Amino acid sequence: MFKSSGTPLIRVGVVSVAILFTMTLPSVAADSEFFATFGLGRPATPTDIHPWDIDISPNGKGLPSGQGTVKEGGMIYTNSCAPCHGPTGIEGPMPTLIGGIGTLNTDQPLKTVGSYWPFATTLFDYIYRAMPFNAPQSLAPQQVYAVVAWILFRNGIIEESTILNAQTLPTITMPNHKGFVGDARPDFSKVRP
Amino acid sequence: MKNNEQPADRKDSPPQSTGQSRSEFSLNRRTFLATASSALGIAAAQMVFPATSATATSVPNDPSRTPGKTSSAYGTRAVFVETQRQFFSTRSLTPLQHLSGIITPSALHFERHHNGVPVIHPLQHRLLVHGLVSQPMIFTVEELKRFPAQSRIAFIECSGNSGKEWKEPNGTTVQETHGLTSTSEWTGVALTTLFQEIGLKPEAQWILAEGSDAAALTRSLPLASILPHALLCYAQNGEPLRPEQGYPLRLLIPGWEGNTCIKWLRRLKLMTHPAMTREETSKYTDLMPDGTARQFTFEMETKSVITSPSGGQQLENPGFIEIRGLAWSGRGRITQVDVSTDGGESWQTAELQEPVLPMCHTRFRFSWKWNGGETILQSRCQDETGDVQPTLTDLIAVRGFNSFYHNNAIQSWKVTKEGQVNNVQI
Repeated sequence: MFKSSGTPLIRVGVVSVAILFTMTLPSVAADSEFFATFGLGRPATPTDIHPWDIDISPNGKGLPSGQGTVKEGGMIYTNSCAPCHGPTGIEGPMPTLIGGIGTLNTDQPLKTVGSYWPFATTLFDYIYRAMPFNAPQSLAPQQVYAVVAWILFRNGIIEESTILNAQTLPTITMPNHKGFVGDARPDFSKVRP
Repeated sequence: MKNNEQPADRKDSPPQSTGQSRSEFSLNRRTFLATASSALGIAAAQMVFPATSATATSVPNDPSRTPGKTSSAYGTRAVFVETQRQFFSTRSLTPLQHLSGIITPSALHFERHHNGVPVIHPLQHRLLVHGLVSQPMIFTVEELKRFPAQSRIAFIECSGNSGKEWKEPNGTTVQETHGLTSTSEWTGVALTTLFQEIGLKPEAQWILAEGSDAAALTRSLPLASILPHALLCYAQNGEPLRPEQGYPLRLLIPGWEGNTCIKWLRRLKLMTHPAMTREETSKYTDLMPDGTARQFTFEMETKSVITSPSGGQQLENPGFIEIRGLAWSGRGRITQVDVSTDGGESWQTAELQEPVLPMCHTRFRFSWKWNGGETILQSRCQDETGDVQPTLTDLIAVRGFNSFYHNNAIQSWKVTKEGQVNNVQI
């Protein structure tokens, strides 16, 4: 199983569990307890990490440079997004992007970017990684900023003159930003009827 | 349900068992299947026939007088067995009504993907682990296979399974109502083992897992919760993962909603907080009647369903029927399954068939004598934490009609006087 050319395994006694902080450790295969390292894998360089490190946090960490306007976004939307989401983001057939604010506690909730999504950064993250559906990761950062601006403007969340970039996007407060709660389960009696 | 529907009702002709010559004759597949399923006392009103299959297969009249086929490199199932997934563009459904035991054949494991099944060369694939780690590392699949290996048998269920059953009976068959759950033996390296190699910084609390599919599907997972059980899997039922199941590498978090078990896994990033990706905000969150939404509802709860007799099937005659089904819980072992043959008026304990494993499909069986009357069949399970599978009424009373995900309600199958089995809600 182990190639002779591989890095030798180093026998150093029981492995430190400090890396796993306070949680209870499951038992790991007995042999592994004697090895601090298996000598497998290689250190990742910034060049390795950068192309894949595309996630954006709610505080804006990870947002690339560049900027976009509502007007630019409208043109990109028409070309790249409207075929699936409809000319104004309402018609579909794919999920409605606009409207629905105030409907979540009704019998007919309409979950859209405007009514449901808690963070504007998520919109950037998702479009940048997964849209357009037929050509994911094909939009440049400034195009994504622009499309995000257009969708947020159409939802009445930002002004038409807003320029979105790594500084302004994380400051946007979405209408439903306080709408999420934790897992409340189990939420039933444990007694068999 | 719009495409790939199998014919709803195939009338099968009786088998021709007499007057055959000793030479080969053509056995009609429908005839064979009708004969086979009649052994259960249940006719298959919805047998599966691929559109491309031949309608007849050459079969020797007496196989003991005809030399059989020689060996082959990769086996195939009997030509008479044509059980299939029902498939749509982004999902396919496991035919639970046609399966035995607890293992789902890999080729019939349900699918759910968010922009197709990618083609990934195993020698090109890499796993990057970075963020709040002592040393960012990259692994090849071959290197991951060299770590100490672990295997476990576990179910994976999409949290949207039965999601269309909240408001009214939707699916005809159990494949349509419950087909987004499957069980496999999964083999890989424990996440804890990998982190021994890398080292975590103490402030690491969440782990972002990302796939290399065209959705680059991403979920944030609480590290302390997943570490005891998470596996980085490269094998399923003894073989490399199927492409639909994440070849060459997927995450398995036993008992958690399927979308957390990121397929085609290429990246793990250790973080202080969740990234709040689209899949954990706008999707896979559970809208409550007051307009709030539950987030990070990872565990799949106690759930069971009778797979035979089940929707779309036909009871042929009054008499003995073994009621068979599956029960599972994302919180541990199934401890009890009750079956009602009178619409929930009374319940009797079913037999659990070994093995009974935590976070795994458990097969249950119950002997029943159908008197030919109209009735409703139900199953209800309990797990080792004491959780009892709720009725749909109980579920709706707390969660309303619009949470979509995590519907683990008791399923009702109505048997008519004619023996037809239908999906109903009571």
